[in-house]
Amino acid sequence: MSEHHKENFITKYIFSMDHKMIAKQFLLTGMFMAVVGMLMSAIFRVQLANPGETSVLYNLLPSAWLNDAGGLNPDKYLALVTMHGTILVFWVLTAGLSGTFANFLIPLQIGARDMASGFLNMLSYWFFFIATVVLMSSLFVESGPASGGWTIYPPLSALPQAIPGSGTGMTLWLISITLFVVGSLLGGLNYIVTILNLRTIGMTMKRLPLTVWALLITAILGVLSFPVLLSCGLLLVFDRSFGTSFYLSDIIINGEILHNEGGSPILFEHLFWFLGHPEVYIILLPALGIVSEVIAVNSRKPIFGYKAMVGALLLIAFLSFIVWGHHMFMTGMNPFLGSVFTFTTLLIAIPSAVKVFNYLATLWRGNIRFTPAMLFAIGTVSAFITGGLTGIILGDSALDINVHDTYFVVGHFHIVMGLSAIYGMFAGVYHWFPKMYGRMMNKNLGYIHFWGTFICAYGVFFPMHFLGLAGLPRRYYSNSAFPMFDGLSDINALITFFALAGAVVQVIFLFNFFYSIFKGTKATQNPWKSNTLEWTTPIERIHGNWPGDLPVVKRWAYDYSKPGANEDFILQTEPLKEGEVEH
Amino acid sequence: MDIALRNIVKKQLLWISLAAISMFFASMLSAFIVEKADVGNWKEFILPNYFVLSTGVIILSSLVLFFIKPQLKKEKSIFGLVFTVLILGILFSYFQIKGWQQLTNQGIYLTGVGSNISGSFLYILTLTHLLHLVGGIVGLCISTIKSKQNLYSINNYLGLELTAIYWHFLTVLWVVLFAFLKFY
Repeated sequence: MSEHHKENFITKYIFSMDHKMIAKQFLLTGMFMAVVGMLMSAIFRVQLANPGETSVLYNLLPSAWLNDAGGLNPDKYLALVTMHGTILVFWVLTAGLSGTFANFLIPLQIGARDMASGFLNMLSYWFFFIATVVLMSSLFVESGPASGGWTIYPPLSALPQAIPGSGTGMTLWLISITLFVVGSLLGGLNYIVTILNLRTIGMTMKRLPLTVWALLITAILGVLSFPVLLSCGLLLVFDRSFGTSFYLSDIIINGEILHNEGGSPILFEHLFWFLGHPEVYIILLPALGIVSEVIAVNSRKPIFGYKAMVGALLLIAFLSFIVWGHHMFMTGMNPFLGSVFTFTTLLIAIPSAVKVFNYLATLWRGNIRFTPAMLFAIGTVSAFITGGLTGIILGDSALDINVHDTYFVVGHFHIVMGLSAIYGMFAGVYHWFPKMYGRMMNKNLGYIHFWGTFICAYGVFFPMHFLGLAGLPRRYYSNSAFPMFDGLSDINALITFFALAGAVVQVIFLFNFFYSIFKGTKATQNPWKSNTLEWTTPIERIHGNWPGDLPVVKRWAYDYSKPGANEDFILQTEPLKEGEVEH
Repeated sequence: MDIALRNIVKKQLLWISLAAISMFFASMLSAFIVEKADVGNWKEFILPNYFVLSTGVIILSSLVLFFIKPQLKKEKSIFGLVFTVLILGILFSYFQIKGWQQLTNQGIYLTGVGSNISGSFLYILTLTHLLHLVGGIVGLCISTIKSKQNLYSINNYLGLELTAIYWHFLTVLWVVLFAFLKFY
């Protein structure tokens, strides 16, 4: 497709095959799900701060989820925790992040008209959308949604009669995640072949922006790991619905001895975490790619150690496949095997440290512009360091067993994976909003959003480490039932305060986002003075991206403040001057 | 996108999909290995004779596919060859079902009170392979119709080529599964 063509409402906004519109569909659906997931967390944080008491927030819930005194039912607390985890991990930070930025940036930054297959791309979104509808519908079934945790460990997930959430809610969870995986695979296949084949003339792999490298490696991770989740889920479906015993053995429920024999829930954990750990990097790598771009642009400096950054991405991706056992140190794992997983896990610190060092070296003595995107990008690096340090503790089997399944773990993964990725996502939205909508977001509201989010997020997750060190287990409905934790109730109340404040701060972002779409200051073609190809497209969206010929790339993406240049940025389409050496 | 590039893209899409399918089966086989090592009551089974027959049939079907390109080069009809592969594919499916019948006669079930996890794995592995094979048979049906209508030429047979790649993959996958189930 070389030229813009006429579109009607349906083909432009609903069943669009334009990668930019599909990106916006992913973004808006992801944002909707983020609001749902955040509200869920606000509700269960209120329960943890004021166990058993009523709250105005509970008006958002069906009355059947509350007890006679107006408090939250324990099984529905678990349902909220489960759905919050599922939504944030898969719907927001996988599809919302990758789906948005892979779709938006890959064709634009490699100089392609669109994805290799617009149809597959559209299909990818609609699978995701239907998965969203199915997951949301599980909130409205009588027995409630899945409640066994986002990791859906058997036997709670394998026996429909185990707990209320193990019934229809769990079935809908499995259907929705299957649709989600199919959508993700279709998207991933498309991203890979697009990057490999549709790069414009001159866009060699060595000239690819790091965002595209990160998205390519993320797609490869997804294509290789999501099928494992499918096989894991298939065996679970057979156990749930057809009476096999892959994950079940010696179960007695209400005095009834089940026939299941020989299976093992540990097998499920192996299969689940073989996807689960690469999933961490499926979430994180796109954010790191975005951060690489935003930091270089706003430091007005070339990214430090481009090749090392690509190498680190590749190494992280490879190692992510051989570390899954660190989630299972408490499963009776052979200590020798545990030490192997400890070793491979700690190896990830090396490429991670390379990335952090290179980010800091890029910032060092840069002509830094503290745009909201830049603040969030630096926030990502900050969270990556903070969460990475506690990861060293959890990756070491001897240390992990002391804090396993405590709030220490909750604090760790929310910072290293949740905050890093969501900050990266915010950085991406603020940075590419002008390209998406042709208008600028309000800067001052962006600053308030960043500082409010940053303070509240640390206010929520930093104290959790101390709760965990004190032994407070995660997933408990109430921490007031055990006198030994009474002294921690104030910290819990403080965390809830920051969680609610953090949720309110996001309203500022939502207002800024939607207001700016219609009323924001009109953007110029290249408002951040960036080098990459997306900023050479017209402000007004056209399907096909460039009205005439595709751009030809003459240099890498990071020629910022190059000595001898007229300006502090040089577009990738600018030819090298005579005698000029390419980086 | 020009036709040559489009063909490359479609082939790559298929190859990457095959990598994803391979991961699906690799995880199943690793689960099999883990469970066999762990489970105390693992019930050994004898693979049905029909599975030996089906192995021969699917290998033969793949071999027949190799004769198609030379025929296209000679501008001769390939209908007979493609149709033969389709028939062999259906025969393979028939032998698989007969194999399952033989298994139930041995008292090896997919599920239920008398089932064992070893048998469940056997059924799941062969069933998921067969489900993938159904996709191949659909592709072969389309290729058979197109070859009957002489729509393929040496310069234009991408759909058939993609079907053939997928079919070869299913053959290799089945041989691996069969060898694994037979000797592990």
